[in-house]
Amino acid sequence: MARYLLKRIGYILVSLLFIITITFGLMKLAPGGPFTSERKTSPAIERQMQEAYGLNDPIHEQYFNYLISAAKFDFGPSFKYEGQEVTDIIKRSFPYSLLLGLEAIFIALAFGVLFGTIAAIRHNKASDYTVMVIAILGISVPSFVMATILQFIFSMKLSLLPIARFESFAHTILPAFALATTPLAFIARLMRSSMLEVLNADYIKTAKSKGLSERVVIYKHGLRNAILPVVSYLGPLVAGILTGSFIIEKIFGIPGLGREFVESVTNRDYTVIMGTTVFFSVLLLISILVVDLIYGWIDPRIKLANKGANS
Amino acid sequence: MKKNWLVLLVLVFTMSMILAACGEEKTGEKKDNDKGTDKLAADQTLNVNIRSEPPSLNPALATDTTSGAVLNQTFEGLMRVNQEGKVEEAMAESYEVSDDGLTYTFKIREGAKWSNGDPVTAKDFEYAWKWVLDPANVDTDYAYQLYMIKGAEAAKEKGGSLDDVAVKAEDDQTLVVELEQATAYFLELTAFYTFFPVNASVVEANPNWAQDQSENYVTNGPFLMESWKHKDEIVLKKNPDYWDADTVKLETIKMVMIEEENTAKQMYDKGELDWLGSPTDSIPLAAIPSYKKDDVLNISPLAGVYYYAFNTEAEPFNNVNIRKAFAMAINRQGIVDNITQAEQAPAMALVPPSIFEENAEGYFKDNDLEEAKKLMEKGLEELGLSEMPTIKLSYNTSEAHAAIAQAVQDMWKKGLEVDVELHNEEWGVYLDSMGAGDFQVGRMGWLADFNDAINFLEIFESVGGNNYTNWENAEYQGLLKESRAETDVAAREDLLRKAEDIFMEELPLAPIYFYTNVWTNKDKVKNIEVSPLGLVQYKWGYIAEE
Amino acid sequence: MTRLQLEKADFEPLGIDNEESEKIVGESTSYWKDAWRRFRENKLAVFGVITILLLAIMALIGEPISGKSYNDTNIMNVNKTPSAEHWFGTDNLGRDIFARTWYGARISLFIGLMASLIDLVIGVIWGAISGFFGGKIDEYMMRIADILYGVPYLLVVILLMVVMPPGLWTMIIAMSITGWISMARIVRGQVLQLKSEEYVMASKSLGASNSRLLFRHLIPNTLGPILVTLTLTIPTAIFTEAFLSYLGLGVPAPRASWGTMSSDALSGFEYFPYQLFFPAFFICLTILAFNVIGDGLRDALDPKEGK
Repeated sequence: MARYLLKRIGYILVSLLFIITITFGLMKLAPGGPFTSERKTSPAIERQMQEAYGLNDPIHEQYFNYLISAAKFDFGPSFKYEGQEVTDIIKRSFPYSLLLGLEAIFIALAFGVLFGTIAAIRHNKASDYTVMVIAILGISVPSFVMATILQFIFSMKLSLLPIARFESFAHTILPAFALATTPLAFIARLMRSSMLEVLNADYIKTAKSKGLSERVVIYKHGLRNAILPVVSYLGPLVAGILTGSFIIEKIFGIPGLGREFVESVTNRDYTVIMGTTVFFSVLLLISILVVDLIYGWIDPRIKLANKGANS
Repeated sequence: MKKNWLVLLVLVFTMSMILAACGEEKTGEKKDNDKGTDKLAADQTLNVNIRSEPPSLNPALATDTTSGAVLNQTFEGLMRVNQEGKVEEAMAESYEVSDDGLTYTFKIREGAKWSNGDPVTAKDFEYAWKWVLDPANVDTDYAYQLYMIKGAEAAKEKGGSLDDVAVKAEDDQTLVVELEQATAYFLELTAFYTFFPVNASVVEANPNWAQDQSENYVTNGPFLMESWKHKDEIVLKKNPDYWDADTVKLETIKMVMIEEENTAKQMYDKGELDWLGSPTDSIPLAAIPSYKKDDVLNISPLAGVYYYAFNTEAEPFNNVNIRKAFAMAINRQGIVDNITQAEQAPAMALVPPSIFEENAEGYFKDNDLEEAKKLMEKGLEELGLSEMPTIKLSYNTSEAHAAIAQAVQDMWKKGLEVDVELHNEEWGVYLDSMGAGDFQVGRMGWLADFNDAINFLEIFESVGGNNYTNWENAEYQGLLKESRAETDVAAREDLLRKAEDIFMEELPLAPIYFYTNVWTNKDKVKNIEVSPLGLVQYKWGYIAEE
Repeated sequence: MTRLQLEKADFEPLGIDNEESEKIVGESTSYWKDAWRRFRENKLAVFGVITILLLAIMALIGEPISGKSYNDTNIMNVNKTPSAEHWFGTDNLGRDIFARTWYGARISLFIGLMASLIDLVIGVIWGAISGFFGGKIDEYMMRIADILYGVPYLLVVILLMVVMPPGLWTMIIAMSITGWISMARIVRGQVLQLKSEEYVMASKSLGASNSRLLFRHLIPNTLGPILVTLTLTIPTAIFTEAFLSYLGLGVPAPRASWGTMSSDALSGFEYFPYQLFFPAFFICLTILAFNVIGDGLRDALDPKEGK
């Protein structure tokens, strides 16, 4: 187990090195720089700034400086926002994305599992179809369309919920739902098909024939086994959702991490690009690892040590 | 059964669309911005949207309109441009100009105080300006705004000493400034944020003072910083110690940062915002006709021009007749009426009519296809071409620019029978390729910093910087140089007009339209104007009782 | 009670026609035939196929039959609601939305198909080689895939879109950079499993070359899961295109895709909902169709799931 963990952490580090290198390369390739603006500054002033921010150093030196700063998790100040440290930007924006993300994951999981189970139990009945219509809608409407329509119906026309910003629980409902629709639909479909499979399995039939009540069979034996595919889907999902969705955050005016990242690319705010990328990658890689661990815990049949080779 | 839920799917979708479409209820409120007759409401809070995080709230470092919109409320320079566009005394109680127009002596207002209680002195101004001009302080992109001060440019860029910069606090109350040459608009410039004072002792004590969101963010304007939640909102409150505090009625200004214009619009419709649109935000294009119909839309000229730059170095736009043909074949009125929709003025000149009144007419006729075709033929002959090759029209990625570019593409195709290829690039990439001359026709715009024609004319004085056209003209340069030495206002304007005549004869760019400020505000918001420079000042605003 | 009379002759053998008995009366059903039958029986999946076919036909002929061009602007006739003249109305530049929708269908479907095909080719080759050779080769190839999987996908796409000149192929390449990984994983898993099947062993012992084994036996037998994955990759690509359009990195103007059309219509949605409805509806329909086809294929190709 310890060896396995070490090995996995080793891979995470290699992946990170790789990611930093790619990002650094792309960043330097991208035309324009942090000081490009519509109003050109005089060449002398631009030189002074390049110098002060170390952009005149040889490229390999800049690269190693980046590596070192990434290792220390200290990315320096933003180029665009005067005096704001990248770590502070992440620290202040991540909680928004985190809260919203957790809420969305909770919604997606709760409703997704519920819908999927209902659909499986009522296979080919009306409620099965209703649930699946919702699921398909969730998968097939682009999130920016979904967010705009939700906002329009629930805030503008029905005046039930606030339009935008992040000030109270009520403010989070719409963005969380908009964020949750796609994963919710996905989970519902996953859950439905795996639940169907499980319900047809021999051991469930045995349990039923032993006279256990329908409820016990479904909840005690069925769910535990049917939820496995959902768990494995959860890894990338968690990382993706927690680091914020640019679209949802922009439409609902939430100062989260997703916006910071996309905006840093447009601004060529090198330090912020690097910081958010590393942060996001670490989160993604760790959550994949955690999911693998949870997987082994739910289903002891899977031996972790072999997983790396067989996945 | 399976078919049923498909039907249901379509139904749900359609329903949501119908829900969206119907029930448009608009209260046809008629607005009038009459002054001083209304009763003040108990709650003097103004809610506005400033769209994005201000990159810097240090007046020395700010270079953008968002930061400017905050700084103009929290700080005050020597002078202030009031809502009628007149320059009036602010931190300076009075001033004197020497006969040669080179030396300005300002008397600082007695009783002017910083928010920490310190008096505002002439030394604070000297300190602030020299701080900007100190080469050790980087990020001061707007230092060039100070370059008319004697010795300023030398100190910043050519290794000159800061001691030789001709700004001097004779005593706490007296500030003497010497200019390189007489500059007609210098007084107006002192109202610009790069010229704002900073509290010398605060800045000395804490170089990061401008990031401090507490009372240590020491300011001298009509409003104080109450809180600053990054990327979220800034709250300003009235400064009780402001010298003109009696005039200030608003108690609180809440500035939220909502980037999505549609979201901001919905918040405005719901009453969560009191102001929508210029200068800190914009109204979604699609919403403009409906506000206009309800007669709640305010439109005022903004000193700026939207144009298509020609690359005059490369064929075919090295030929003046070709340039003219392309410029004339654009139907500006059509673009303004149907695409931008905010009553922008079709531009057939470089300097906006808010500065040169007669430019409302312009130098040529809009959408003059006949003349355009003639010029085109002539140009082709001069170039020795039998027909026009495909032209590349570049713009930076944005819905509005794309719409205009597509319309112009169509006009050139139909009017001149020229194939036009559109080419869009992300902003940073775009500026890079424009700078490298990698374009044929490219979209650009320019907004004035102060109300003077020189703002527009001096961009094209020499190649490089903001002049992407690669056009230069010795006579033009001579006229601009002459105008700088000219102290007589009328004679100077005459020189500038002559320069514009040359420019329009050579036409290195096709002007499209002159910008406007477009906004709508709630009825209760009174006495707030947007200036032709796109500035807004809440100093005089108030909320009337409804 | 009558008694059954039996005679000796009744116990004579009838005589066996050997040829007759060898005849197969029932139609022989191969795996694919069987799958096809099952697929046909799934009405929903058939509906999906028909929808995609119709959309594809409309993508080809939709613009011509409208008699208008997707980029023919008329700024005197903007934002008109659907009418006999403009069946889906006009957009903010007075262009016919019907023509644009079907031109957009061409672009959106093309992007979806091309991105998926690239994923397919790289994924199948990578996965098959990795699974077939196993050992160190497998280990290294899968690690590379893992690392790429750890790269935040959107980040790479956005950065690439900024770096490369805008255009259809830029978008397709950006999407394919990490898109092939899931395909590679699925193919590898299948190959690993099939490798030990007897018929592969038999072929191997008969001296079949590696490439023959791979392309003749292994890959054809993983076709099922590959097809299913493919039908689900296409919608993902169409979706990503829509997302990029929202960021302003979509198909460059004046070209249209469903993604750019719906994101352009978003801000005017309150006033001109039909401008959003048509492209968004067809995105939904396409994704829905591909999803039901994918589900149908999965059911049809998995003999265990016979109803």
